[in-house]
Amino acid sequence: MIGATFRRVLPQLIILCVVLLLNFAVFPGFFHIEFQNGRLFGNLIDVLNRGAPVALLSIGMTLVIATKGIDLSVGAVMAIAGAVAASVVTGGGGWFTALIAALLAGLAAGLWNGVLVAFFRVQPIVATLVLMVAGRGVAQLITEGKIMTFLNEGLIHLGAGTILGIPTPIVIWLAMGTLVTLVVRRTALGMLIEAIGINETASRLAGINSRVLLVTVYLVSGFVAALAGVIVAADIKGADANNAGLWMELDAILAVVIGGNSLLGGRFSIVASLLGALIIQSVNSVILLSGMPPEFNLVIKALIIIVILVIQSPTVKHRLYLLRAKASSTVSDAPDVAPKAQLAKETRS
Amino acid sequence: MRDQPKPVLRARGIDKFFAGAIALDKVDLTLYPGEVHALLGENGAGKSTLIKSLTGAYHRDGGTIELDGTEINPRGPVESQKHGIGTVYQEVNLLENMSVSDNLFLGWQPVKRGMLDHRQMHRRTREILKGYGLDIDPTQLLSSYSIAIQQVVAIARAVELSGKVLILDEPTASLDREEIELVFSVVRNLTARGMAVVFITHFLDQVFEISDRATVLRNGCVVGTRKLSDVSQGDIVELMLGHHLEATKRKASHASPGDTILSLKGYGKRGMIAPFDLELRKGEVVGLAGLLGSGRTETCKVIFGVVSADHGRAELRGQPIRLNSPRIALEKRFGLCPEDRKTDGIVGDLSVRENIILSLQARQGWTRPLKRSRINQIVDEYVKALDIRLASPNMPIRLLSGGNQQKALLARWLATEPDILILDEPTRGIDVGAHAEIISLIERLREQGMALIVASSEMEELVAYSSRVLVLRDRRQVRELGGEEITTERIVKSISQGESAA
Ligand SMILES: Nc1ncnc2c1ncn2[C@@H]1O[C@H](COP(=O)(O)OP(=O)(O)OP(=O)(O)O)[C@@H](O)[C@H]1O
Ligand SMILES: [Mg+2]
Repeated sequence: MIGATFRRVLPQLIILCVVLLLNFAVFPGFFHIEFQNGRLFGNLIDVLNRGAPVALLSIGMTLVIATKGIDLSVGAVMAIAGAVAASVVTGGGGWFTALIAALLAGLAAGLWNGVLVAFFRVQPIVATLVLMVAGRGVAQLITEGKIMTFLNEGLIHLGAGTILGIPTPIVIWLAMGTLVTLVVRRTALGMLIEAIGINETASRLAGINSRVLLVTVYLVSGFVAALAGVIVAADIKGADANNAGLWMELDAILAVVIGGNSLLGGRFSIVASLLGALIIQSVNSVILLSGMPPEFNLVIKALIIIVILVIQSPTVKHRLYLLRAKASSTVSDAPDVAPKAQLAKETRS
Repeated sequence: MRDQPKPVLRARGIDKFFAGAIALDKVDLTLYPGEVHALLGENGAGKSTLIKSLTGAYHRDGGTIELDGTEINPRGPVESQKHGIGTVYQEVNLLENMSVSDNLFLGWQPVKRGMLDHRQMHRRTREILKGYGLDIDPTQLLSSYSIAIQQVVAIARAVELSGKVLILDEPTASLDREEIELVFSVVRNLTARGMAVVFITHFLDQVFEISDRATVLRNGCVVGTRKLSDVSQGDIVELMLGHHLEATKRKASHASPGDTILSLKGYGKRGMIAPFDLELRKGEVVGLAGLLGSGRTETCKVIFGVVSADHGRAELRGQPIRLNSPRIALEKRFGLCPEDRKTDGIVGDLSVRENIILSLQARQGWTRPLKRSRINQIVDEYVKALDIRLASPNMPIRLLSGGNQQKALLARWLATEPDILILDEPTRGIDVGAHAEIISLIERLREQGMALIVASSEMEELVAYSSRVLVLRDRRQVRELGGEEITTERIVKSISQGESAA
């Protein structure tokens, strides 16, 4: 099982290494890590820390995409969760209450999306678009249109503090990633989610409760989005309804795609998506460290990502495969018919 | 007529390897103009693989293909169409969300002044399909029609596109006698014009009816090519299986069935199936007979709760129940092996192993995963019992041959150990050997006290295992036959007359 996971995520590992080496090339001190004032410091730690929101989002997004869905609302849910947490502590509540309230808000958002998709059969892209647009309005209502700042130590700790010297956001996304991976793979949840993503009609006829599963994946997505929202708010010590999590749903989707998961649903790997999130953050880091004018940021990011996706494309993979097949003579199990994104999905984590 | 006609297509030494399996081993196939050439063999023998290797849908690992004496190397179905080789693949691949005429004309649409000429397209579609006895609206979505109609559209498309060779991979599996007649008359027309037709099927009667010669594959090798006028069905079966096969006959002793397990009164769904009564007892097989669209599949679906009934009452062991979803039916130990295995049955990218345990796992709930050892034991047991041919249980089920997919689906439901098992066309696409085995399996299950409902378009099969036969017509139950009445002739007669229930 470990071996299969490793083979599945090998391309992502290689790409991550290459991008990290690029970082090293533009900034030789990149890999330097030190321990000061009870906290780890270094560019590598920064990548892990700054990547936390997208990493968290990608966990839920992976599951949603595995069911052939998509969740566009996660950025707005981040804003709502940040606003809820901020309003609880400014209203005199403790950090723990604030966290719980924010998570409940995330779950409520997930439930809304899930019910629309599973029971009312609204297409996921449309269903979640509603909340993507309306969600920011809700967040603005909570913050009353201004940036709601706070000084609650406990809440700030979630974004800027450390646990055993490791920045808290890193601990949170690693813990969530491990937890969700274990839950979906140690139980039958992962297989059943994949089944409805591949062929929902057949799965339903096989007796799978596809509605409950669909609601579940949107709940998970709302939950991790709320966590990400709290981290972002805690980091800037305030809830900004307009900008918190803005466009982050796109990074989350990208992380899933870079992770080699098909947007058509089915086989998925959370580990690969998390690596995808780290790849995106490392690309951001290269651009930052190279001191390029910020106008180029998005263009360069787009270019690097296009290269990554082309390398992973089924056509290129098929070519590579044929080359290898020629080298090692005959035996072939290539997907000769229309090389769909199948190859990546043969093994799973 | 020349004495020594030149072959239109000649394939020599075709090889195809898959990871863990040799699918084709130096296969030769020669087609002469004007002949119908049957390609026969067990499930997984390599028939479909051979076709795909010829048309370039698969990249072959060895061998040459000559068309009219010149070597060709089609790199895909489109290129082979350009050479005049039209193909209907086993898993019909049409675009369900496009109209009938789009599907028929995709890639060779009539154009007028640079624009698609829809008018002409629809008119031509009507004309072409009329030749197959179909009078349907070409502007409608193809998915709104039955598999049989989709099958005919696929055949019509291939016929229009083929100039020299037409390849049909199990084209008649979901067709009725009437439609089969029409397809055959088209085929005869084509061969009269000098085309060669390759015909793959598991129905030997049809092979002898239409074909001139047959090539038999076993485990990826050609075991012989015969002129059909020189051999008997038994000879061909022996060539396919490597051993002799007893004809299946109706078991004389249908021991008296046990207690009533399921009782349906006035059960039905408007627009799908008229209200019907059904008393199902333990240890009996109720056969459902009727033509395509007569309501066989609908009856199965409404009992399993795929669509919920809007009429009538259901009682399970005397207790009233509501059957309105497959999940509930599964919980109550019902099973339904659906007719359309590709869309309703297999979960293509999941492994054979996962597909087999899917329903059992769904019933246990996601929190209680089946133990690895238990899964292996179940999978091994059914792979062996049903003789599912696979390279490994970990391969995605979509890579299995059609018949083997069917067996894996049967395994999925047997693994749930149901009390009531509904089988909709359980032998579709299954080879003669496995066909006999499935019939005896149904008999064994009945003797063990299971209650079965089996819908089939093969009368002989129904006669072989049914304790009672319900005859359906126009989505209505018209007759029940029992005991001595269960003969092929009686069933055929009831279907055509539609006598009212006794
Ligand atoms: N892509 C693939 N990878 C691995 N094995 C494959 C692949 N495609 C087919 N096979 C195997 O090749 C063998 C031949 O399959 P094929 O579909 O040609 O059988 P067939 O004669 O058409 O059977 P049927 O009558 O059931 O349709 C089967 O054992 C199948 O599992
Ligand atoms: Mg086949």
